[in-house]
Amino acid sequence: MAETQEIIKLENAHKDYRMGESVIHAVESIDLNIKKGDFIAIVGPSGSGKSTIMNLVGALDLASKGDIFLDGQNIENLSESELAQIRGRKVGFIFQTFNLIPTLTALENVMLPMMFQDIGREERRERAEKLLKDVGLEKRTNHLPAELSGGERQRVAIARALVNNPEVILADEPTGNLDTKTGRQVLEILKNLNKQGKTVIMVTHDLEMAREAKHIIRLRDGKIEK
Amino acid sequence: MKDYFFLAFNNLKRRKLRSWLTMLGIFIGIAAVVALISLGQGLQDYITEQFEMMGANKLIVMPGRGMGMMTADKLTSKDLNVIEKTKGVDMATAVVYSVSLIKFKDEVKSIFVIGLPTDKTADIFKEMGGFEAEKGRDLKEGERDKVVIGYLLAKDNGFFEKAVSLRDKLVIKEKEFRVVGIMKQIGNPGDDSQVYIPIDTAKEILDKKDEIDAVYVQTKDGFVPEQVAENLEKQLRKSRNEKEGEETFNIQTFEKLLETFQKVFSVVQGVLVGIAAISLLVGGVGIMNTMYTAVLERTKEIGTMKAVGAKNSDILLIFLFESGLLGLIGGLIGIVIGVGLGKGAEYIARMALGVSLFRASFPLWLIFGALVFSFVIGSASGILPAIQAAKLKPVDALRYE
Repeated sequence: MAETQEIIKLENAHKDYRMGESVIHAVESIDLNIKKGDFIAIVGPSGSGKSTIMNLVGALDLASKGDIFLDGQNIENLSESELAQIRGRKVGFIFQTFNLIPTLTALENVMLPMMFQDIGREERRERAEKLLKDVGLEKRTNHLPAELSGGERQRVAIARALVNNPEVILADEPTGNLDTKTGRQVLEILKNLNKQGKTVIMVTHDLEMAREAKHIIRLRDGKIEK
Repeated sequence: MKDYFFLAFNNLKRRKLRSWLTMLGIFIGIAAVVALISLGQGLQDYITEQFEMMGANKLIVMPGRGMGMMTADKLTSKDLNVIEKTKGVDMATAVVYSVSLIKFKDEVKSIFVIGLPTDKTADIFKEMGGFEAEKGRDLKEGERDKVVIGYLLAKDNGFFEKAVSLRDKLVIKEKEFRVVGIMKQIGNPGDDSQVYIPIDTAKEILDKKDEIDAVYVQTKDGFVPEQVAENLEKQLRKSRNEKEGEETFNIQTFEKLLETFQKVFSVVQGVLVGIAAISLLVGGVGIMNTMYTAVLERTKEIGTMKAVGAKNSDILLIFLFESGLLGLIGGLIGIVIGVGLGKGAEYIARMALGVSLFRASFPLWLIFGALVFSFVIGSASGILPAIQAAKLKPVDALRYE
């Protein structure tokens, strides 16, 4: 079953942005096949279209032209709420700025994605507690993000990304706001997740980090460098 | 649902000062509305109760085309005879009244003098309450120079400097009267500073001859007062030779009186509540403003929630709950303050007048209605900001700094 191996597929994907009168081609003619269980690093200078590809792959945005398949499903024709469902179930996001909700505790932040799925309260708490324990934060569950260090916050964010058991982890500069040592710890977590079978896609401009991935995709001016 | 509530409440707690300020607008409005309605309701209950106590089987025939005492039209004893013979009338009794000079010791003042019948028809008044001596006795049949005084006359500085006691002498229009009774307190200063003398004497000294100022009618059991009033109108029209629509007398039933009162009263109350409601509108605008600010502030959070699977409808509900909650909590506080204001006004009125004139009333519909209303105002004010939040594109929202 070759097809099920392909978790993400981009076919001739374009993304344009209008800036006043002019049109900016953020990415052009992207063809990309990502297999289940792969660990891919997307590298490139700023403005090369890394984030745009992340947004397309994570169903946060739709392509201007071309098709995007997530787990075999073409997402181009889906409604906003169907896209939200797909994001919630199939993709786990990890952001450079962590993006935790400041009013919620670590535990509540991890429980948040399950709130938008039909998951009972008991199960939410159990899953969130287990994931926080897996990232070594079982003693910090009731702290607010402001009371946690950068590395701890990113580990909460990882737990949150995993809570709906997604196929794909999308990490946009996950170590960008961390010092080298904590950055490495986060990378180790991602590598471990990949070993457990998750497909990991990481955007980074740090080549040293990128070398830890199984494959590297280089972007320049909105195109994949061969 | 519970989760949205939790998220909304959490966000309100985050910006405590702003939440309180926003709610201020709502709770001032709700407090004003609740206080006004409760006092109005209390007053209305009181007056309805008074009317009912007087009895629904009473009618009053007065000269003139409408309500009011000043009129050139007159009723006479001939009219009284006609009234007594009309179908459905059990008893009828006449009164005369006028303002006159009264002298006690060396003090002379003007007073409202009422001439009351002394025969058994006077029972009509007794049934209506109020016209009954508390100390001493009522006027007796055949008496001519006796007087029953209003409650305030029997108090020092109530009407005269010195209190009038039983058996004291009063001079009304140069005729001497002896006090035989003191009325019980009615509750308003006007009614409590009147004097009551036998009607025959009153007609003489007040220059009334054959005139009557009002006829009180008691209807027979089994007759509808409204129907009796119609009969009376027909009979009086015939005897006074008047065309329909041009009568120079009018008949008040208590029901009609009560209706008139309630109509006037609800207009007054409506205006007052309307003014209070304007402040609620302003409060609603305040909520809208706060929510727009919140949407801007939390744009990135909205993006994050959408990234982790929140649908547009989820975001919409979270923000709607938040603004609804602002309204609801504001309303809750407003109700508490409104009840306090109502009770306070009741207390002050009792202290000032010495009688419990009315009781602030808080019917369940008022409390419940105020709560629902404040929640609706909050939610309605939040609709536009919430739609704006829900429509944000996840990529744009995440990029927002």
